[in-house]
Amino acid sequence: MIAVDHLTKRYGSQLAVDDISFRCEPGTVTGFLGPNGAGKSTTLRMICGLTPPSAGAATVLDRPYRKLDNPGRRVGVLLDASAQHSGRTGREVLAVSAAVLGVAPSRVGELLDLVGLSKAAARKRVGAYSLGMRQRLGIAHALLGDPSVLILDEPANGLDPEGIYWMRGLLRDFADRAGTVLLSSHLLAEVEAVADQLVMIGNGRIVAQGAKSELLAASGVIVRGLDPVALHEALAAAGLTATPGADGALLVEAEAEAVGRAAAEAGLVLLELRPADTGGLEQLFLSLTREEALVA
Amino acid sequence: MTALAQPIPRPGLGRLSQIELRKMSDTRAGFWLLLTIVLMAAAIVTITLIAGNADDKDFTSLFQGALWVVSILLPVLGILAVTSEWSQRTALTTFALVPERERVIGAKVIAAIALGLGAVVACLLTAAIGNLIVGGSWDLNSSLLGNAAVFEVAGMLGGVAFGLVFMNSALAIVLYYLLPTVWTILGETIHALDKPADWLDTSRTMQPLVDDQMTGQAWAHLGTSVAVWVGVVLLIGLWRLRRTELK
Repeated sequence: MIAVDHLTKRYGSQLAVDDISFRCEPGTVTGFLGPNGAGKSTTLRMICGLTPPSAGAATVLDRPYRKLDNPGRRVGVLLDASAQHSGRTGREVLAVSAAVLGVAPSRVGELLDLVGLSKAAARKRVGAYSLGMRQRLGIAHALLGDPSVLILDEPANGLDPEGIYWMRGLLRDFADRAGTVLLSSHLLAEVEAVADQLVMIGNGRIVAQGAKSELLAASGVIVRGLDPVALHEALAAAGLTATPGADGALLVEAEAEAVGRAAAEAGLVLLELRPADTGGLEQLFLSLTREEALVA
Repeated sequence: MTALAQPIPRPGLGRLSQIELRKMSDTRAGFWLLLTIVLMAAAIVTITLIAGNADDKDFTSLFQGALWVVSILLPVLGILAVTSEWSQRTALTTFALVPERERVIGAKVIAAIALGLGAVVACLLTAAIGNLIVGGSWDLNSSLLGNAAVFEVAGMLGGVAFGLVFMNSALAIVLYYLLPTVWTILGETIHALDKPADWLDTSRTMQPLVDDQMTGQAWAHLGTSVAVWVGVVLLIGLWRLRRTELK
């Protein structure tokens, strides 16, 4: 379990993280979403006691991370897959940490097998690894101490589609065994497939959070009619707000039934009426990313 | 998953020190640096055997030669033991696993001491092999052994301290090697700095260690210079590490 309470990080006059609060419960996967530079990594480093917060606090398993008895045995952390000594072999990286954690050296081989790093790959120095291999090594490293909480920053970066699919299964399985997972990403599609809970941030602030199903339901329906203009008017007459989308489709923040009734009363023919799914969330996410691009 | 109720002990300082020692030699850079140091010691002994004066061809002289050569590169190992955590960004992992940052540095200090002592043993062995070949005198003052240990360990710890205070390999290495030279130049050109240099220039204060001419005065000079360049620098580095953000 992870509890983040009003975490804030200020660099000079710039607020990198602005009063962020959320919770991650055992048995769930929380997707921490935001464009690059939104403050995700800073938040994760604050949770892990590496970056001192300007205000607020975070606990993992009811304690500040740095007060955990042997943190690596409680919390598996992968903050940056590239942050490994390039001159050390993959196996040695795990062996050194296994010694710190006090776990059996045999764990090293088990985890190399689990993440699919061959014996030959494990003998190579990390400098010769692709980003995908570093991610696999990083995930093996996070799991080394058999933790009950996982904190992963952009773990899918550099993984091929097969690797991403594999990682989803691994995280789902971890959560299903009562583990707590917090993973960040700048790609909505990447976490949507595995997360139960979403926390979306932009410019250091939380813009949306909650259960994935709720966030998706809240995003409304997409409706397309034979006569888009008449449909738009009919919806407005029924008191429903509609935003025009691509090829005459309208995004309506209402239940499908209300939209259908409004169209039926006006005697209009519908071609399509379906939940917007990630459409709404995607819109929000894209608007965040666009803002970021404008600022930059 | 490890049961929550069951307490898990933290790694002890002894184990952490062993791990730090391992980390100094398990990388490509660390391995070659260690090998180079040993080869340089062997080279100086060989050169002395071939081209040295007759009175240099005994156990003590060969040992002293090896000590000097080893002391040149050994501090780089100490520097890299700290700065590689930043240049290679392993600090993220190291301090996530052991959040008490001073403990990690404590382990690095112990590992540095162990390696410094190991270097003295390596010098003894190299000198012994050379002396076997040349058949020189085996006389060795026991005080020189202790001096040699202080000499190599102080150099190693100086490296750790400089590495910690700058957290940057290039800067730490350049300044570590530049500083004695700066002292020498300043001490010889500016008369007023000549006296302080007796107390602060480590190249002066350490000379009598290897020459085996330590007096009470010499120990006071040495102690002062080491307290400043190792002790104070290390404390500033620790203060900096406690406050710094690791990314």
